[in-house]
Amino acid sequence: MRVLVLIPGPLRQTTGNQAKLEIDLPESATLGALLDHLATRYPLLDRRLRDERADLRRYVNFYVDGEECRRLSGSDTELTPNTEVQILPSVAGG
Amino acid sequence: MHLLAIGTRKGLWLATSEDRKSWSLSGPHHAMTEVYAIAIDARRDRPKLLVGTSSSHFGPTVVTSDDLGATWDEPDHAPIAFPEDASLERVWQLALTPDPEVVYAGTQPSALFRSEDGGRTFSLVEGLWKHPHREQWGAGFGGQAIHTVLPDPDDPQRLTVAMSTGGVYRTFDGGASWEASNTGIKAYFLPDPYPEFGQCVHKVSRHPSRPERLFLQNHHGVYRSDDSGETWTSIADGLPADFGFAMVNHPHKPDVIYNFPLAADGDRFPPEGKCAVYRSPDAGASWEALRNGLPDGFWTAVMRDAMCTDTATPAGVYFGSRSGEVYGSADEGESWQKIAEHLPDVVCVRAAEV
Repeated sequence: MRVLVLIPGPLRQTTGNQAKLEIDLPESATLGALLDHLATRYPLLDRRLRDERADLRRYVNFYVDGEECRRLSGSDTELTPNTEVQILPSVAGG
Repeated sequence: MHLLAIGTRKGLWLATSEDRKSWSLSGPHHAMTEVYAIAIDARRDRPKLLVGTSSSHFGPTVVTSDDLGATWDEPDHAPIAFPEDASLERVWQLALTPDPEVVYAGTQPSALFRSEDGGRTFSLVEGLWKHPHREQWGAGFGGQAIHTVLPDPDDPQRLTVAMSTGGVYRTFDGGASWEASNTGIKAYFLPDPYPEFGQCVHKVSRHPSRPERLFLQNHHGVYRSDDSGETWTSIADGLPADFGFAMVNHPHKPDVIYNFPLAADGDRFPPEGKCAVYRSPDAGASWEALRNGLPDGFWTAVMRDAMCTDTATPAGVYFGSRSGEVYGSADEGESWQKIAEHLPDVVCVRAAEV
């Protein structure tokens, strides 16, 4: 299945300035599997999104078809064909 | 050319000068990242900057530049990563060694990492990470971190590290085993004020020509060791207060040290708000205030790595404040000038001739 990943401006230098990535994944893949897949192609992007334990960084949000993944099943959230995963830095800092 | 690297809570600024009187400032580099750790390796044909950055959104990393900040290099892989049961929060210290390819990093959570490729890839020093004391190390307000790393200039098997809270630890076998080294350092906030470990050490410094002599700013208390940290004695007499964060050695005179006293734990300002660096000419036996050019009404503080010297003659001394001002002296502290102002909180400064 194919899913769409939207990359925020501050992270596009890690994807060769691509704002949208179309990724082919096995059926029923999870958000974590998507990030694992991205890590092989864009390791620097992965480091910005997850720490070395593969935990999602606290102040990065992952909207899966408009719902932040932590209100779903986090990295275990299942994706479906044509899911849109929008990555957005949260409002934090001062 | 003189280079002064200024790490702040919101990025890195680089100041350059030919005469240490007129400075040009560039930045922010790595805007909106905390820059707590900087090393300048001026021994290379092209001086190398190593900088630990941490983004509140995107995490910590180490970047390098060999063109004085015009461009930056960051490997795809994480330069510093814990192997399993922890994740890196911040790099607090990048320490060069006599071997240009060997670099140490002190981190939060408290751990030591070693690089053998000039700071591109680091490996966890397992001996310290697996130390039985580790689960009892506490977190100061700044976090639980190894903030001081002192490789021995003569013996690569010997290192000294320090943390808040936990205290000073030494290894004599390249990091395989470590021993607490806090005899004489007070921990007034504990039921036993002289425990084996648990002290809140703020900074340790030494001169490379006299590695057995260490100087230490504690969470209340200023100390010297003449036996490589085996024992410590107070050198606070003559200072207006024994609280503070910074402790810096003169680059050429082993007995000359610099300190920036703050009134107390509960009063973290220079005494009476008077900005003053204190210098000892005799390894802490006596102290003198250096205030020529420094302001009154300085209701701010200087953090543990926010004071440094350069390697020039006469020596330059520099410090930055939490209120974003940077002062420098080109005459060993006799007189001061403001180099920068209105920056974010300064947490680290490092200077070199490049």
